Amino acid sequence: MAWSAIRCDERSVSVLKFIRQLLIIITISFVAELMEYLIPLPIAASMYGLVLMLAGLITKLIPLEKVEGAADFLTEIMPVLFVPPTVSIMANFDALRQMLVPLVVICVVTTVLIMGVTGRVSQAILRRENKRKEKNQT
Amino acid sequence: MSLRRSCAERISARRRIRLEKKLLQLASVCDKANRGYQKVNNMLADSAFFGMFLTLACYQAGVLVKKKVKVALATPLLVAVVLIIGILLVFHIDYAAYENGAKYISYFLTPATVSLAIPLYRRLALLKEHPAAIFGGIAAGVLTAMIGIFLMSLAFGLNHEQYVTLLPKSVTTAIGMGVSDKMGGIPALTVVSISVTGVFGTVSAEAICKLFRIREPIAKGLAIGTSAHALGTSKALEIGEVEGAMSSLSIVVAGIMTVLAVQVFARFL
Repeated sequence: MAWSAIRCDERSVSVLKFIRQLLIIITISFVAELMEYLIPLPIAASMYGLVLMLAGLITKLIPLEKVEGAADFLTEIMPVLFVPPTVSIMANFDALRQMLVPLVVICVVTTVLIMGVTGRVSQAILRRENKRKEKNQT
Repeated sequence: MSLRRSCAERISARRRIRLEKKLLQLASVCDKANRGYQKVNNMLADSAFFGMFLTLACYQAGVLVKKKVKVALATPLLVAVVLIIGILLVFHIDYAAYENGAKYISYFLTPATVSLAIPLYRRLALLKEHPAAIFGGIAAGVLTAMIGIFLMSLAFGLNHEQYVTLLPKSVTTAIGMGVSDKMGGIPALTVVSISVTGVFGTVSAEAICKLFRIREPIAKGLAIGTSAHALGTSKALEIGEVEGAMSSLSIVVAGIMTVLAVQVFARFL
């Protein structure tokens, strides 16, 4: 009896912890929504929230362990959240048909370019840094 | 001669009457079925859980398909979307009936995007080690994306709506959808272009890295994450630990840079 009571207790503590973590994330989402409303820029609320959360974590105002569990849950279920918005292509079928060829061509070509440029530029910077380090050592 | 013809006419007349009766019966059956459809449609439209049920069930099917079929295109998201659209079309269920329940799932998108700060924060130590290579590389990639998409949209003669729909096609879905929505694009098509980009980038990542002679693990990871977001990151993780970490770091950094860059580039077309 006593053992099961302790187990129950632990469980309810972790559930409460999860709710507190969710509260922090939802609070930031709400503040971000207000920012979207008040700041006259075409930027989505989620971006303000993302930057706010990052700032909170870096300044240690929000300790990582106070949001970790709920945040991991939310980021892991994210692919499921994209399903309904994608199904809405049903309502935009004509728009898709109109631009299907440019869409595929642009996606394929630019992906090759972006990957190449990003890789080459960062590789060049890395190699220059390494050379400088070697010079300093000798 | 005339007698035979009149006989034939009489028979054909009788046949016609029988046929008409049958047609009437068929019509009433169709009508009943139609009313049945409408009833089902109304019921589903009123249902709070139909959309959510269909979403989760089809996603589950997508996860199973991914396990069985080793094809890059068979991501759970794409399988689920194709299944849902198929089911809605075959059973003549209105999109509105689906959306009525499914919209509650999308409410979690904002808090989930906010939570993307956590994986980035965990990799912050890496960022401090090579800030120049990381910021320089990703910024160059984002700029390439903007200029490339602008020039090609111009070449294809796309309008503003189509151009803005494609601009955020290299960043992670959560961020890209928000950009497209805010700038006046079609978020659903942005999701499609993000998926096409991610699948293509994942499949050809190694070939492209070889083509451009990108050999440093850090540079490889940055290249894959900046161009093919979360889907590519799964590939980068397969290649190596450093590649995976860099790729997942660049998802959010490239996302934030893209949001800022789009503010300027969206005005060009």
